[in-house]
Amino acid sequence: MPELPFPLPPLPTVQQVVFVGIALLTVVGSLAVVLARNLFHSALGLVAAFFGAAGVYIIAEAEFIGVSQVLVYVGAISTLITFAIMLTRGMMFGATSPRNRQSGTAAIITSLTFIVLMALMNGIKWPQASEPIVDGQAIIAGLGRAFVTEYIIPFELLALLLLVALAGAIVLAKDRN
Amino acid sequence: MVPLNWYLILSAFVFSAGLYAALGRRNAIAVLMGIELMLNAANINLVAFWRFGVTPAENLDGQIFALFVIAVAAAEVAIGLALIISVYRNRRTVNLDDLDLLKG
Repeated sequence: MPELPFPLPPLPTVQQVVFVGIALLTVVGSLAVVLARNLFHSALGLVAAFFGAAGVYIIAEAEFIGVSQVLVYVGAISTLITFAIMLTRGMMFGATSPRNRQSGTAAIITSLTFIVLMALMNGIKWPQASEPIVDGQAIIAGLGRAFVTEYIIPFELLALLLLVALAGAIVLAKDRN
Repeated sequence: MVPLNWYLILSAFVFSAGLYAALGRRNAIAVLMGIELMLNAANINLVAFWRFGVTPAENLDGQIFALFVIAVAAAEVAIGLALIISVYRNRRTVNLDDLDLLKG
């Protein structure tokens, strides 16, 4: 085989190609949340972004987080948001603009934040180990053990927080008349 | 393996989109959606840094933190939507430009 005059760039792996596809789904979903005029389209974009994030977790080999993401965000939070949209509509659709009075300032602040974040992310040399996770390493079992040993008090407090929050939500949304 | 930078770029974009939705949208529910996007971006970063840490199979702190964030987000969205419904019942609008009672 003759020697090439320049080294070929490394081919992307299957994982990287899948990641780019899922990242594009997430980006399009979040853009729909931001730009859609109809609030229902925003909610659909939010579901797409949640699914994309779940795929990102699974590619990063955090399967439990990915499944929790689908259960909690796609299953529960999206449904709640859709209910809230249906309960509060009336005059929110039609000729009104989706942006508020300060949206110009918001756009400037957001683009500056994005530029600073990108400069930080790409400027810092992060220490990386990138060790492979071999078969048979029970990550989900380790998570369960950590939740009932080292993190037992935050875990129980979180359960209490969820209970109080849901009771408070019922009280807040109740019709007082 | 996917490079760490790709995760960070994706999460920076999702965070910025969420920030714009939280600051610049008119409907209160859209603002809540933006907050959810920002929490998701934080989770992507947590999981990515967990994966690129030392011995990811033993040091699960990043994943545990992400799970806590998911649970707190669930509580937050329940309270937020209840507040929005309560405001809608009293004022018949969820338009943030009209909700300026505290403005001096």
